[in-house]
Amino acid sequence: MTPMTPMTSMTSMTTAVKSPPRFPYDTQDLDRFRELQQLAYGCAESVAAWLAPGVTEREAAGRLRRELVAAGVQDFFHIPFAWFGDRTAFRHFRTPLQFFASGRRLEEGMCFVLDCAPVVDGYTADIGYAGKVGDNPIWDMIAQDLREYRELILREVRARRPLNEVYASVDALIAKHGYDNRHRVYPGRVIGHQVTRTVQRGPAGVNLFGFGVRTLQTLGRELVSERVQGRSPLWADGRSSQHPPTPGLWAVEPHVGFRDVGLKFEELLVVTEDDAYWLDDDLPHVRRWEQSR
Amino acid sequence: MTAAARHLTVTGPSGLPLSVHAEGDPAHPTVVLVHGYPDTHRVWDDVAADLSADHHVVRYDVRGAGGSGRPERVRDYRLEHLADDLTAVADAVSPDRPVHVVAHDWGSIQSWEAVTRPGAEARIASYTSISGPCLDHIGHWARHRFARPTPRHLAQLAGQAAHSWYIVAFHLPGLAPLAWQHGLAARWDSVLRLVEGVTPRAGDPRSARELAGDAVRGIGLYRANMLPRLLNPGQRPTLVPVQTITLTEDNYVSPALTEGLERWAPQLWRRTIPVGHWGALLEKGTTVARMVREFTAHHEGGPALPRAPRRLVVLTGAGSGIGRATALAFAERGAEVVLLDRDLESAERTVELARLLGATAHAYQVDVSDGAAMDALAAKVAAEHGVPDVLVNNAGVGHSGSFLETTEAEWKRVLDVNLWGVIHGCRAFGALMAARGEGGHIVNLASAAAYLPSRMLAAYATSKAGVSMLSDCLRAELAGQGIKVSAIYPGIVNTNITRSTTFSGLDDAEQTAQRRRVSGLYARRNFPPEKVAAAIVKAVADDRPFVPVTVEAKAARVLGRLSPGLIRTAARFRLG
Repeated sequence: MTPMTPMTSMTSMTTAVKSPPRFPYDTQDLDRFRELQQLAYGCAESVAAWLAPGVTEREAAGRLRRELVAAGVQDFFHIPFAWFGDRTAFRHFRTPLQFFASGRRLEEGMCFVLDCAPVVDGYTADIGYAGKVGDNPIWDMIAQDLREYRELILREVRARRPLNEVYASVDALIAKHGYDNRHRVYPGRVIGHQVTRTVQRGPAGVNLFGFGVRTLQTLGRELVSERVQGRSPLWADGRSSQHPPTPGLWAVEPHVGFRDVGLKFEELLVVTEDDAYWLDDDLPHVRRWEQSR
Repeated sequence: MTAAARHLTVTGPSGLPLSVHAEGDPAHPTVVLVHGYPDTHRVWDDVAADLSADHHVVRYDVRGAGGSGRPERVRDYRLEHLADDLTAVADAVSPDRPVHVVAHDWGSIQSWEAVTRPGAEARIASYTSISGPCLDHIGHWARHRFARPTPRHLAQLAGQAAHSWYIVAFHLPGLAPLAWQHGLAARWDSVLRLVEGVTPRAGDPRSARELAGDAVRGIGLYRANMLPRLLNPGQRPTLVPVQTITLTEDNYVSPALTEGLERWAPQLWRRTIPVGHWGALLEKGTTVARMVREFTAHHEGGPALPRAPRRLVVLTGAGSGIGRATALAFAERGAEVVLLDRDLESAERTVELARLLGATAHAYQVDVSDGAAMDALAAKVAAEHGVPDVLVNNAGVGHSGSFLETTEAEWKRVLDVNLWGVIHGCRAFGALMAARGEGGHIVNLASAAAYLPSRMLAAYATSKAGVSMLSDCLRAELAGQGIKVSAIYPGIVNTNITRSTTFSGLDDAEQTAQRRRVSGLYARRNFPPEKVAAAIVKAVADDRPFVPVTVEAKAARVLGRLSPGLIRTAARFRLG
């Protein structure tokens, strides 16, 4: 199948779309990405196991950071986040500053989300881990339903549907379930973003607005160069995402909520010139679905 | 055993003869009905006729009224003596078995005295109080509010004071007796008709002279009890199960008076009838009888009875969008919800979500445009879950296209669902609400298009304008029965109505593209259905008849009234 086929409908766009880039990673690269993603989920699971009522978001985010550094992480795509209770659904968020870990204390029955993006040797992972302390039936239901989002996204990306249409399909599924779209609260309303090997310039471990300095460099360069190509490294519902999935790695993070409970997963999706697959299926949320089958 | 009415005379401890009437099988549970001021036992005619089918119904004229003895002194009207009379009647007609007391107005005030005596639970199995609080409780109620003068408390005090003017008048020497003797008694029927809005029952055997006599003597009730009890209230708790029937249109007793009653009567059931002080007995006798029957049955070992009437809300189109959001909003506030949708699976999903919020919920499949199916479903819902307190006619379809391009089939579909669906809902469930007699609320989802013409929305806007006018007419018709009607005008709300909207004169591919375009527009406007749901809940709570929700819906309304010509001109532009 030639990758040009789905592009024909795009010719009406104002920016001329060039042919998509070749898939830039070899098997070794993918192994490094996968190892790092495993490491990140491992640290998140260990912090989740340690979480107990009384712990604050700042303490949780700090512990996550220390565990990652102890495991050899050199830099962060963005600093680790932790959200508890209704903050998992980003309720009452007015400014981006509210994403930063707060003094909110965990209570029995509360849900939580841990989000971290470690960088090792320029390889990046970006993961989201949802959990709960004690009993929370709303959480249980959404956790089960998240599986459909993972399957839907893969199916539509494989069909090389434009990313904004995939986004709309996710919205339709959210409406069918009766939840609401919480990833639209992220800056740019993104459900995902491209992940590349960061270029080794600038000081590692230095953050600006929660993002690593190296991240900002890479992201900035990508935003400009991809825009020229009529594509965006950010995956949202607007016109800038009106293009088929760009080959490469995408961190995908559907985040849905119901009342005061929000859940997400975030993991890397591998998009090649003619196929797509999740980088790794051995992840906590996938294992949870397998067990409940 | 005889079901015919029997008359007997009971003499209480003070030696006054009491005229007592009994009917129904004495083997059945005994219900003692105590009338108020200035009535006699005849005020209970409707209630007694209904209850005597399965109860031993006993009613008597209280001292000073009707055929009973007439005390000489004001102090003979003290509540202690009145409670003694009630106990004497109960002992005479049901010596071995506790009785169920049902009382209205001053009958209720004096029955509270009996019910709150230590050990009353041995003789009184249950007590249904209608529009007559315990004076000692009210003394504490007022003290509490004076001690904590929050705006709400002050409003409650002022509200009750405005209802109590006549109590002051009854304490002024000479004034009330003169009024009764010189015209008020002769015109009492007119007072009931004009002030209370009820039709006096034919056949009150009292002449105006006799009524005036009863009324003048009855002033003793006020003078002997009001000030001592209100100014120096005692502690009067009770273990007797109490059912309080609040009359929302009562001119004398404000509903706020029962607030906090659980402190004195921990076994408390609350019911409400949207009717005035005398309307409850003269017009809603069967409703009162049904409430008494349910209450006595429960305490005679019958089925469980919820403490507060749970609110039953029926919603159409409850599988998505505003319908689902509204269902969940009511569910969150403790209502039981019955969810109707053409797509059963989507309604069942809403049930699942409502249950997660702790509510009881049920789903049914129905096409609102099918009148017979709606009638059958309403009967089924009534049988399985009861008569709804709130009906939300939400189901609707979107359609866009110029008049000349819209086919007959498209017109039919839009009118069938959007207008006939609402008509069927109002007919099927409105009839149940009216028959039950406890009022209710009907919410119809219209649209800003109902008052905002557009060349592209002929069919849709016509259907919604119909819903708007239907709601106005229905509100007028049902007002007398305590059934409120609200029409909601949402505006541009992000729901799946745009994903199913049809467009005239476009082929399938164009329809899909147009649908996507409009859905995108609605998504960017991003007004969530949850906010419409909140507006609907508020419309029901505050009884708001006309509710535009979004800014554009409100602006269009204002603009349409300021300059109809402007919106007629604007209607020529192709929008949407």
